[in-house]
Amino acid sequence: MRPLPWRAAKLVEIRQETRTARTLAFAVPGWPGHLAGQHVDVRLTAPDGYSTQRSYSLAAPEDGDRVELTVELVADGEVSPYLTEVLEVGDLVELRGPVGGWFVWRPESARPVLLVAGGSGLVPLMAMIRARRRSAGLAPFHLVYSIREPAQRLYPAELDRPDPGLRVDYLYTRATPGGYGRPPGRITRADLLTADPDADCFVCGPTGFVEAAADHLIALGHDAARIRTERFGPTGG
Amino acid sequence: MAIVSRGFQGRRREESVKLPPGQYLTYDFPVLSAGPTPRIPLDRWEFAIDTEAGQTHRWTWPELMALPAEQPTVDLHCVTKWSKLATHWRGVSLDVLMADVETTAEYALVYSYGGYTTNLPLEDLLDGKAWIAYAFEGEELEPQHGGPARLLVPHLYLWKSAKWVRGIRLLHEDWPGFWETAGYHDYGDPWREQRYQGD
Repeated sequence: MRPLPWRAAKLVEIRQETRTARTLAFAVPGWPGHLAGQHVDVRLTAPDGYSTQRSYSLAAPEDGDRVELTVELVADGEVSPYLTEVLEVGDLVELRGPVGGWFVWRPESARPVLLVAGGSGLVPLMAMIRARRRSAGLAPFHLVYSIREPAQRLYPAELDRPDPGLRVDYLYTRATPGGYGRPPGRITRADLLTADPDADCFVCGPTGFVEAAADHLIALGHDAARIRTERFGPTGG
Repeated sequence: MAIVSRGFQGRRREESVKLPPGQYLTYDFPVLSAGPTPRIPLDRWEFAIDTEAGQTHRWTWPELMALPAEQPTVDLHCVTKWSKLATHWRGVSLDVLMADVETTAEYALVYSYGGYTTNLPLEDLLDGKAWIAYAFEGEELEPQHGGPARLLVPHLYLWKSAKWVRGIRLLHEDWPGFWETAGYHDYGDPWREQRYQGD
């Protein structure tokens, strides 16, 4: 089998999603396509030949040679400050992928899906929501999305638009919008009570969040074999 | 020839530190696993080696604790790009566990509580290269890092160091494990950057 090649990726569009996160759309000639939930390796090379790599989740389903990533700034990171603050339309990076054959959702599945996102862990789950919408899929989707405060919501306008069969619940850990029924706080078992106990579960976020959410799901009787997780720590930026 | 990204400088690492290609240094200990963290009570824990002839060698937790332990200091390299240097472990060498196991098998399929599997050649588990580890930096191994015990085989990418290890099947044929059937490399040598199939 041939190795996955590094491909030149030219930035064609930037969308500022929050104060610290932006979506980068690249044109990647020869891109082989991907499944919702997969990720790519990004390689940056400096003029003196120094290079470094990081992995980022794909934010959108397959779309020809267009590849979208949503990158959150990690304050002391090496790569995310460049991607979120320096990179401009027309600039080049290298991409390799797609990678990962486990944390994926396939549009042909009609099974109910529970998505549990912590912070920028929403990104690969958003690719699943978009893939479902594009395929006019029948699978009922339920997103439980935990963020610190309203201004940190990724894709708010898109998630507020009606999308039949998609339910979205927000959990705020520090500050809620005015009049919000749930007080601020970390995810609890009660936040997952309304989830379909038979759903295929995809949980993505920082380690502490994923550990807590997966433990709650197990305690609520979800089958461990139906819970797929993707975790990222404070490093990785 | 790599493409230069305009305006990227990057951080230079210390000259003395040599990392495998594509890896960067981290000082914390990120967690990566594909599903929920299994919780295994020690009174029900066991570790087994199953030979190709159908023999099974088993150890309970007290039996594992009674075996001579080693305290390896090793570098960890995760396929997700981070490397963590000079980590301190305590565990039982696979050489000790394999001492009375009769086998002519060439391959091992490691299996875990929770259903995870990973494969490697048996020789990569022998001659001081692998341990069943149960303590990390002087503390008992936390469940999220694979406790009560995980395989530690640090010369390969960390997904080969199966968390929550439950046993090893010895085989004449190479059976791909969990990540190996999901696009990752069959062997996974970080110094040859064997991340994905075909690398």
